[in-house]
Amino acid sequence: MPGLEDLYREIILDHYRTPRNRGALETPPAVVAQGHNPLCGDEIQVYLLVEDGVVRDVKVGGQGCSISQSSASMMTQAVKGKPVADAHRVLDAFRRMMGLDVDGEPEDVNLGDLEALQGVVKFPVRIKCATLAWTTLAQAMDEAGA
Amino acid sequence: MGLHAATIKGDFPILDRMIDGKRLVFLDSANSTQKPRQVIEAMAEFMRNSYAPVNRSSYRLAAESNDCYERARAVTQRFINARKPHEVIFTKNATEALNLVVQSWGRANLSSEDAVLLTHMEHHANIVPWQMLQAEKGFAIRWVPLTTDGQLDLTDLDRLLVGVKAFSFTAMSNVLGTITPVRRLTDAAHAAGAIAIVDGCQYVPHHATDVSAMGADFLAFSSHKLCGPTGIGVLWAHEALLDAMPPFLGGGNMISDVRLDGFDTAELPAKFEAGTPPIIEAVGLGAAIEYLESIGMAEIRQHEMDLTVYALNLLKDRFGDDIHIYGPDNIEVRGATLSFDFRGIHPHDVSQVLDQTNVCVRAGHHCAKPLMRILGTPATTRASFYIYNDESDADALADALDSATDIFGF
Ligand SMILES: Cc1ncc(COP(=O)(O)O)c(C=O)c1O
Repeated sequence: MPGLEDLYREIILDHYRTPRNRGALETPPAVVAQGHNPLCGDEIQVYLLVEDGVVRDVKVGGQGCSISQSSASMMTQAVKGKPVADAHRVLDAFRRMMGLDVDGEPEDVNLGDLEALQGVVKFPVRIKCATLAWTTLAQAMDEAGA
Repeated sequence: MGLHAATIKGDFPILDRMIDGKRLVFLDSANSTQKPRQVIEAMAEFMRNSYAPVNRSSYRLAAESNDCYERARAVTQRFINARKPHEVIFTKNATEALNLVVQSWGRANLSSEDAVLLTHMEHHANIVPWQMLQAEKGFAIRWVPLTTDGQLDLTDLDRLLVGVKAFSFTAMSNVLGTITPVRRLTDAAHAAGAIAIVDGCQYVPHHATDVSAMGADFLAFSSHKLCGPTGIGVLWAHEALLDAMPPFLGGGNMISDVRLDGFDTAELPAKFEAGTPPIIEAVGLGAAIEYLESIGMAEIRQHEMDLTVYALNLLKDRFGDDIHIYGPDNIEVRGATLSFDFRGIHPHDVSQVLDQTNVCVRAGHHCAKPLMRILGTPATTRASFYIYNDESDADALADALDSATDIFGF
């Protein structure tokens, strides 16, 4: 529908329809963090397994809107199997793309599919939806000491 | 003679506003209503001509301002058929009114032996204040459950009320639209020796309200949901009850004397109106009430019933099983607040698509998370209608839902 093409890109709807890495991991060894979007009542869980400085596995539970769910799905793809340092880089780059303040110098990071979420910035109330999984991932990384 | 929707729409300047060349379809009045010219003008006129502090200064302008403030109280008193103007306390909003009841009446009257009865359809404003005091006092909180069609299940009411000192409930659910049997509930409370506190936020703007007929001990509501300004709410209670209660907030205006070793409280209503009150807002509230009265509360209720029937039929005919509307079907026990699930599409996405055609609805938990858990959903989409809505707004809602199907109908 006119005006919404930037928000509801096909790749976003695809991740929404068929979310990747949904589910839970056993804790421990994994850690879990809980995220809330107070605006719409969405709740998600990010399960994170870090071993030897590498994000071995990540899974997402809970429910949410197309933006929060697709962002979570793409997030899992972007960090799974990556060294923790790379995961942090993606996290920072994504937050920057969403217009959030991030400490340090911006780095050149290829966000791949995640670039599709750029359009969310034009819909400020939805930024919280797009960043929910990421804020929760950051908590999980803290928890894992990663 | 029914209400003339076109004339009423014309009273609301914001409804002339175009966004992206399209008109506004405002369906979020359960959240907060738009303001008519009559209210905007009354507040502007008061600020232009009569504004001064109240209750403090002795010049003529202050007296005039005071009269305007007290006139608003008298208008409110008449509107809810209270016996005395000083039984009407102006607060910041309904939330503050309910906190006042809990912190003043509750703190003085509740101990760990006692119980308070609430319902599963309460707004957070009628839950959290009780839980805050419960953490200190340790009384029990019990809950009236719901029937499958979203009414109060009163099967066990008498048993639930045993040992209860306060029964606090909404007269109309802000999520389900359910109108509760207020008189039956206040009678049951009194028979069990409990006081009855009525959250009138969603009821008072849409129905003729008579506190005596309700049998209430307390009634709370907000100005901004009945075409008045934000920043002011109302707590009504019987004089004897208010007299017996300790003050809530302390400061100026609520005292008759202050010494180094203590203070004496002022008479009602000042006792519960600490600090500079919302004077301009009170004038706006008075104007809003007079505006609603000029339309007629019975006419308003009738208009909303007609519109609700129209909208319910339209949505069910057009979308069948693709839409699930919460709350009762019986129009006698429901107001014009329609919460629904549409094809499992997340309410945030539904409201985003609706916003493209300026259909303003609320998506979320509606400050009733316990209820949402019971309904088994984190969020619903809610369309709520008021005096300035007509069938064309319901049509616009249905058309906009078609667009949501286009994007998310997979
Ligand atoms: C049933 C009910 N109670 C209480 C409130 C709180 O009103 P306010 O936010 O104006 O204090 C609301 C408003 O959303 C409501 O719908």
